[in-house]
Amino acid sequence: MEMMSGAEMVVRALKDVGVEYVFGYPGGAVLDIYDALFAQDDVKHILVRHEQAAAHMADGYARSTGKTGTVLVTSGPGATNTITGIATAYMDSIPMVVLSGQVPSQHIGEDAFQETDMVGCSRPIVKHSFLVKKAEDIPVAIAKAYYIANSGRPGPVVIDLPKDIVNIQESHPYEYPEDFSIRSYNPTEKGHNKQIKKAVEAIKAAKRPVVYAGGGALGASRKLIKLAEMLNAPVTNTLMGLGAFPGTHEQFVGMLGMHGTLEANKTMHNADCIIALGARFDDRVTNNVEKFCPYARIVHVDIDPTSISKTVNAHIPIVGAVDKVLSQFFDHLKDIDQDTQKEKLQDWWKQIRQWQSRKCLNYATASEVIKPQEVIQSLYKHTDGKAYVSSDVGQHQMFAALYYPFDKPRQWINSGGLGTMGFGLPAAMGVQFAHPDAISAVVTGDGSIQMNIQELSTCLQYNLPIKIISLNNRALGMVRQWQDMIYKGRHSHSYMESMPDFVKLAEAYGHVGMRVDHPSELDDAMARCMAIKDKLVFMDIRVDQNEHVYPMQIKFGAMDDMRLSKTERT
Amino acid sequence: MRRIISVLLENEPGALSRIVGLFSQRGFNVDSLCVTTTTDPTLSRITITTHGDDKVIEQITKQINKLVDVFKVMDLTEGSHLERELMLIKVATPNEHIRAEVKRMADIFRGNIVDVSARNYTIQLTGPSDKLDAFITTATELTDVLEAARTGVCGLSRGDKALKI
Repeated sequence: MEMMSGAEMVVRALKDVGVEYVFGYPGGAVLDIYDALFAQDDVKHILVRHEQAAAHMADGYARSTGKTGTVLVTSGPGATNTITGIATAYMDSIPMVVLSGQVPSQHIGEDAFQETDMVGCSRPIVKHSFLVKKAEDIPVAIAKAYYIANSGRPGPVVIDLPKDIVNIQESHPYEYPEDFSIRSYNPTEKGHNKQIKKAVEAIKAAKRPVVYAGGGALGASRKLIKLAEMLNAPVTNTLMGLGAFPGTHEQFVGMLGMHGTLEANKTMHNADCIIALGARFDDRVTNNVEKFCPYARIVHVDIDPTSISKTVNAHIPIVGAVDKVLSQFFDHLKDIDQDTQKEKLQDWWKQIRQWQSRKCLNYATASEVIKPQEVIQSLYKHTDGKAYVSSDVGQHQMFAALYYPFDKPRQWINSGGLGTMGFGLPAAMGVQFAHPDAISAVVTGDGSIQMNIQELSTCLQYNLPIKIISLNNRALGMVRQWQDMIYKGRHSHSYMESMPDFVKLAEAYGHVGMRVDHPSELDDAMARCMAIKDKLVFMDIRVDQNEHVYPMQIKFGAMDDMRLSKTERT
Repeated sequence: MRRIISVLLENEPGALSRIVGLFSQRGFNVDSLCVTTTTDPTLSRITITTHGDDKVIEQITKQINKLVDVFKVMDLTEGSHLERELMLIKVATPNEHIRAEVKRMADIFRGNIVDVSARNYTIQLTGPSDKLDAFITTATELTDVLEAARTGVCGLSRGDKALKI
C-alpha cells in the first residue's frame, strides 16, 4: 500500500473521486494540505479573494455541470465565511463538498486561535458532515462525502479536518475505497408501482393538465419534453427549473409563481391535474395555500419525501428521481394516442392561448431611459440565447428569468431558495471554469455586485472573460418596489448615495468597463461587449429607477391573483 | 396529539445533535427525550415524545428519516405499545404522620423507597408518564416535593413489530 501524509491523502482522494477544481483560500490549519496541493497538477486550485465567493464558485460549477463543487478553507473565519455559500447550496439542493481546516484535535474545545465548531455551525444547512479523527479515515470520509452530496436529493457536505491528522511529517497507508456503502443511507430512486399506476390514470383522465417542473427535473429534461409532447400538456417551470423545459417551446407557458407569467399562474389555478416534477410548492409559488389550485388533483414526484405534502397536500405522492419515475410513466403511457390527446385538450389550449394573448410581459419603452427588460432582451439577442446566465438577487433576477427564455437545463444559475445577493459574479466564475469556451454572463445590480466585487481580482488572475451586465438603478430595486407598493413610497435605506464609478473600478482591476446611459446605445454596446472574447467586460447600464417587476402575485390571494402593472390587476 | 417516536440510528458523535437540532430548526416540540445504545453497540435508540397534529408528526418523522445517520423511525403511538418512565422523587418527611403516609402512597403506586434520611424519603417509581404525574400531584398535596428527576419515556411496540436493521 502507498504511504503518504494525511495532507497528501486529502489531495489524492480528491483526485481519485474525480475533482477537477478546488476553490479555496489558505490559512494556518490547512497549510499542510496546501503544501500537498503544491506538489501536484491533477487537482487545480483556484485562489479566491473571500471564502464566501469560493463556495459560490463551487456552486456555479456544480449547477452548470451537475457535478459536485469543491471548497477548501481554513478553520475559524475561513470556515464561517463559507456559511452563506453553504446555505445557498443547501436551499437549492446543489452538490458541494466543503473541506474545512480545524485546530489540532487536542486543542478542540479550548477556544484555540481560529477555532470554531464548524460541524456545529453548519449543521442546520448541510446534508451531512464529518469530523475526521484519524488520518486513515480521510479517504473513506471523502468518498462518502461526494457520494452523499450528489445522490438522492443533492446537497452540501462538510468535512472538518483537524490539523494534526493532515500533518505532513507523518505517514499512513492510503487506500481509496472503490466499494463502500452507507448502511443507513439508501435514497429511493424508483417510484412505487402502485402509485405510478394511479398517477398515470389521473394523467390520462385529465382534461386540463399542467406539468409543473422544478430544479429536480433539470437532469431529466429530455424525458420531460417527451412527456409534455406525448400528452400535449402545457408546461411551467419554477425559477429553479428554468431550462428543464425549453423556454421557446410552444407548450411552455412561462415561469410560475410570485413573478410568474399570467398564463402560467392561470393555467395552474384552473388545471384539473397538476403533474409536479421535482418541485416543492414553495411559498414563492403557491401564494396563499388555502386558495391554491382548487380544481386540481396533484401528482407530486420528488426524491425527497419531506417535500411531499409539506405545504400543499399531494393526492398522489411518488417518492423517486424524476428521471426514473418518468421512465416508469412511459411504460404505462404506451397506448396514449397523440391525436386523441390533442383533441381532448383543444378547449384547454384555446383558453391558455387566450390568457397568453394578454401578453403580460409587454412593457412600455421610453425614448430617454433604458428599461431593464430591454437590457435582458438585448443580452438574449447578442448571445443567441445560448449564454450561461448567472444572476444575483433582486429585480434584475426576475427580469432575467422572465425575458431570457432558456432552452437548455443548467443554463440559468441563480440563488432561488436562499436569495443570496453577491452570488452572481462568483457563480459565473465557477461556470466559466467548467465551460471555458461558453459565454458566462452575470445579470446583476448595483446592490448585489458590490457584495462580492473583490472577485474581479480573481477574474484577472485566471483570465475569466465574464460578461457583467449590471442593471444600475442607483437603488435596491426590489426593496424599493415593495416600499412603493406597501410602504407608501417611503424609501427607507433602499438607495445608494455614493456609487463607485464602475467603469474605473473595472479598469482598476484590469478589465474593460463600459457605461451605457441611453436606449439608443444599448444594442451597440451589447454587441461590443460580446465581441470582446478574451477579457472581462463590466457593463454599467443605467436603467429606469422607477420600473417595477410585473406580473406580481397579490399577497394572500390565489395563484392567479396578480398585479399586471402599476395600475392593472387581474 | 401526544406521540412517541422511536428512532434507530448510528451510534456516532454528532448523530444526537442532528436529531435535537432538527427539532429546534423546524420548530417541532420535544416533551421528553431518552437516548441509549442498543444491544448492538454500533446503534443508538432515541425515544422522543412530542406533540402536534398529523401533518406536523408526518413532517417530523420524514425529516428524521432524511438524516443520513438514521436507519428507521417509528411512531409507536400508531399501534398498541408499551411505554415506561422512571422517576426518582425526594419528598420531605418532617413527622411521623407524613412518613407513614408517604410510605403508604409509595406502596399504592408500586414505588420503592430507595433512600431514607432524617428529614426526607426518596422514592423510585416506574410507569407511564401520567402515573408519575399523578404521584407528584398527590405528593404535593401531602408534603413538600424537594426534587424529582425523570428519565423521559422509553417504549416498544407490542407483539412481533420491532425496530431493527
